[in-house]
Amino acid sequence: MSSIETVPVASQARAAAPSEIRRLLREPSAVIGATIILFFVVLAVFASWIAPYDPNSPDWMAIRAAPGAAHWFGTDDLGRDVLSRVIFGTQASLAAGIVSVTVAVLIGLPFGLMAGYFGGLTDMVISRFADALLACPFLVLAIALAAFLGPSLQNAMIAIGISAVPVFVRVARAETLVVCTEDYIAAARSQGLGHLAILTGQVLPNVLAPTIVQATLTMAIAVLAEASLAFLGLGQLPPAPSWGAMLDVARQFLGEAPWMAFWPGLAIIALVIGFNLMGDGLNDALNPRH
Amino acid sequence: MKTLLLRRLAVLLPTLLLVSMMVFGLLKLLPGDPALALAGEERNPEVVEYLRQKYRFNDPIPVQYAVWLKALVHGDFGTSVRTRLPIGTMLAEKLPVTVELAILSMLVALLVGLPIGIFAALGRGTPFDYGASLFGLAGLSIPHFWLGIMLILLFSVNLGWLPAGGFVPPSESVGRNLLSMLMPSLVLGTGTAAIMMRHVRSAMIEAMKQDYVRTARAKGVRESTIVLRHALPNALIPVVTLGTLQFGELLAGAVLTEQVFSIPGFGKMVVDGVFSRDYAVVQAVVLCTAAVFLLMSLIADVAYVLLNPRLRS
Repeated sequence: MSSIETVPVASQARAAAPSEIRRLLREPSAVIGATIILFFVVLAVFASWIAPYDPNSPDWMAIRAAPGAAHWFGTDDLGRDVLSRVIFGTQASLAAGIVSVTVAVLIGLPFGLMAGYFGGLTDMVISRFADALLACPFLVLAIALAAFLGPSLQNAMIAIGISAVPVFVRVARAETLVVCTEDYIAAARSQGLGHLAILTGQVLPNVLAPTIVQATLTMAIAVLAEASLAFLGLGQLPPAPSWGAMLDVARQFLGEAPWMAFWPGLAIIALVIGFNLMGDGLNDALNPRH
Repeated sequence: MKTLLLRRLAVLLPTLLLVSMMVFGLLKLLPGDPALALAGEERNPEVVEYLRQKYRFNDPIPVQYAVWLKALVHGDFGTSVRTRLPIGTMLAEKLPVTVELAILSMLVALLVGLPIGIFAALGRGTPFDYGASLFGLAGLSIPHFWLGIMLILLFSVNLGWLPAGGFVPPSESVGRNLLSMLMPSLVLGTGTAAIMMRHVRSAMIEAMKQDYVRTARAKGVRESTIVLRHALPNALIPVVTLGTLQFGELLAGAVLTEQVFSIPGFGKMVVDGVFSRDYAVVQAVVLCTAAVFLLMSLIADVAYVLLNPRLRS
């Protein structure tokens, strides 16, 4: 599992302006990434219609059946259709990516804004906590937290989210420090605007673009982390389908049914590549230096 | 340099203390009664109460923390509930295994990441460069454990060339030890190689744009000399920092790799600890990885200054 790397993005970039969206559409990596993510979103939302079988219903007559016309991706140790389980597994992975990063942003962004804006003791306390969290390697921390909360998809998402908080504290803090040197902040202060108004009205919009880039890249890490936790038995509980847990079971039948291990892994890679490409594309589009 | 070291140490120690507080507090909140777990099958209330007294589970949490920290400073990590062994002994036994895995993985990362990064930068925009970018993306996106499973499938199940798992200590046989570590270090090293490659490529592109490269070219210095003598040493400065930091990451990344290849290292110790509610073991491993990580970042900072003549003074 790779570490979460923070991506420097110029603070002046504002998210969601029409020109940025046009620039985004000109970035091939963003377009490819978005297409991949959209594909998985469609799979997750319409899983019941798309999946050929019930992902949890065993077929005792087709245990570990090789890929064929009836089961394109083969069946698992209980005769369940691997394709259907991969399709339904999208729900857990996408939810993990989106929910855990949302948790991380909702906690990390305000603390990062405060640390950068107020400085002094506030900055010191928040930064020390962020440093302490960052010192615990991401996956080890997520494992410890997931173990503490108990194995379930929901708890895995919280564990991953909390582990990713310091990254957003750092990004938001660094960007806020830059934004706070701008003239328009001094102007807002001289107009008598309160801290909250300046933070939400002036600072936040300028910190959003780098946060969005970081969030997209962190989603890739979160999908990998959820699969890792599920692989260790600390994520989505069986029989509900999850790519990581499917790989854990598949490991026991490598000689007899390698297809059980192949497809869930490919799905993880595709989704992670989608988020990584989208993140790179967003960075290029929202970063005026490019 | 002395000031830098002191300043970094002044930040490192409180951070480590904060980590220890978080790790201790967090694992104290874990569900399950540690005294019951220690008592094992025999749930005799008297035994449970005795254990509670012995390990001071009834004391307030801050007191427990102070006792724990005091013991920790003296090198006493406590006793494992599962193995009944002193955790310090377990750490001393497992750490070399994980460190060996991390060193071999770093070797893989350097051997793969450095040349690909350099050649991709020199041939910017060529098919090789695009291939390298693709490798970078794949290295970041492929889960270690899946890559491990696929390599086992190919080299152990189908071809029968390499052992599917297990660990042979170097004291037993160096050759078999390296053979058992080959697949795990390839798996763990790939991700780091990808990160390394991306950084080397951009650092090298940046270095090749510098004035001293243009001057050397104007003087008619051979291109290979420019690359090897002038650009590369400068491009490698940030890479040394990255490599040092990545080494800490590798120790942590070993968790899943060790699980897949049944290697009895740090990672397996933490996973076993989590499932047997062996609080003290998880605490010790998390704290040790954090300490190594912080130490690595200190070394990275110092190395950066030492290697950069402009910062040395």
